[in-house]
Amino acid sequence: MNGFYTLFKKEVLRFWKVAFQTVSAPVLTALMYQLIFSHVLRSHVDAYPGVSYTAFLIPGLAMMSMAQNAFANGSSSLIQSKITGNIVFILLPPLGALEFFAAYLLAAIARGLLVGLGVLVVTAWFGLPLPAQPLWVLAFAVLGCGVLGTLGIIAGIWAEKFDQLAAFQNFLIMPLTFLSGVFYSINSLPPIWFAASHANPVFYMIDGFRYGFFGQADISPWLSLGVVGTSFVALASLALGMIKSGYKLRH
Amino acid sequence: MTSAISIDGVSKRYGALQALDSVSFSVEQGEFFALLGPNGAGKTTLISAMAGLARQDSGQIRIMGHDTIASARDARINLGVVPQELVFDPFFTVREALAFQSGYFGLRRNDAWIDELLFKLGLTEKANANMRALSGGMKRRVMVAQALVHRPPVIVLDEPTAGVDVELRQSLWDFVQELNDAGHTIILTTHYLEEAETLCSRIAMLKRGRLIALEDKDTLLSRSAKREVALKLSGELPASLAPWHARNEDGRIVLSLPTLSDLEGVLTTLRGAGLEVRELSMLETDLEHVFVSMMSGEKI
Ligand SMILES: Nc1ncnc2c1ncn2[C@@H]1O[C@H](COP(=O)(O)OP(=O)(O)O)[C@@H](O)[C@H]1O
Ligand SMILES: [Mg+2]
Repeated sequence: MNGFYTLFKKEVLRFWKVAFQTVSAPVLTALMYQLIFSHVLRSHVDAYPGVSYTAFLIPGLAMMSMAQNAFANGSSSLIQSKITGNIVFILLPPLGALEFFAAYLLAAIARGLLVGLGVLVVTAWFGLPLPAQPLWVLAFAVLGCGVLGTLGIIAGIWAEKFDQLAAFQNFLIMPLTFLSGVFYSINSLPPIWFAASHANPVFYMIDGFRYGFFGQADISPWLSLGVVGTSFVALASLALGMIKSGYKLRH
Repeated sequence: MTSAISIDGVSKRYGALQALDSVSFSVEQGEFFALLGPNGAGKTTLISAMAGLARQDSGQIRIMGHDTIASARDARINLGVVPQELVFDPFFTVREALAFQSGYFGLRRNDAWIDELLFKLGLTEKANANMRALSGGMKRRVMVAQALVHRPPVIVLDEPTAGVDVELRQSLWDFVQELNDAGHTIILTTHYLEEAETLCSRIAMLKRGRLIALEDKDTLLSRSAKREVALKLSGELPASLAPWHARNEDGRIVLSLPTLSDLEGVLTTLRGAGLEVRELSMLETDLEHVFVSMMSGEKI
């Protein structure tokens, strides 16, 4: 337990020491999206009855930022450690696969939640209501960060160079997080995009997270929870399997 | 008594390359053991297999009796490794790096030992410096401290003095000697053969993944170049002495004699051939010498 706790603490400190880049920067980015999109789209998009577009946008942006940063945490830490070689300090001690995974995962969730909280705080004055269902908010925040944090661990273990990781980020994570109904309700989409959105687990995270704030969403929060939860279990099993087998970590 | 390290038929391939070829030997508790071999011989690969950083294709390694695969946890607790590459985490200070390393081994409240390590390795003043700000030699010392935070009975140092200044080398060896005196088993690889010669009691040599020698240092030295004689002659070496001709060195002819008493016969032959012996010396025995002749494939 102590080995896990130490690695978790190290991973949290690692991003906390550079919080300006790892927390403040993404919060600022989200604030800029909020300013721009709410200005451009205020009078054009009708999200839900009784929910202004500017308010509708906030949870989506928060979840998108959480997802991207949860992914970035484990993936960048692991690839840096592998490339500089200091991963040996984690591979030499008797840390089990579960301890290794849980430490990187929880640090990723911690960063994701911190960024999410920051985004909510700086954008709340655009009209965000207090959460109608706080437990749903929390559940989707934690699970959403968990799914992307796990993907980050997988990508960080798999990638051997920075450009491989960048490809993973640009061609998978960015499309998944941007095309997930952050900026619109998917009910307003043409059928093909509507269908494609349903294949994207990030869509369910955002939809469920929104449900927590507004008490209404595109689909049932239970369905979203099922999809996000299943994604997490599947990805976590994959990540644990990789770590246990020593894939790309132990030659 | 359980061997500190027992290596049994360990083989490892990297693609077409046979990095380790059924290597077997043991290191007993309390030994100061040298693992020698030219670059690419497989020393680091063998150490990686001991540490679980690499997995052998076949064979078994036990650290203090614990199998490195089946009982990885116990094996790792008993082993401290200073890796060959100079690596560090640029996010943290020296003290943080040591506290984390200690925590990974499940140790709390290890500060007294960490302070002692810092002191012994001359790092006290650098304790709160960022790892990035340290010189190469200082980083190397931190790596030694990191390998020792959990007080492992078996310590492996993979070329710890490569690229390190003379003063640090000396103080590092004093410290390692002290650890050995205190009962720790030490295994080291080094490029500086005189280090192995002065410090180690037993030596293994690896060449292209194979174990080609495993002996007490004294046996290895006494069985070797003692019987080498360097000569300067007024003419060519007579054909009858050609079988003993080992090589030429600094314009001298080096003969390798089966026994020292054969020297008499050599001198008689030279006199008979009308050759004048202008210079004659017995060659010093040192590990460098033994090493070179082993690696060039000669039998000693
Ligand atoms: N991860 C690896 N992948 C492929 N080849 C490797 C790897 N590690 C080592 N080798 C090769 O194995 C051989 C032994 O290397 P190494 O154990 O580092 O030798 P030494 O430490 O004795 O210099 C070398 O030819 C090296 O190139
Ligand atoms: Mg090496």
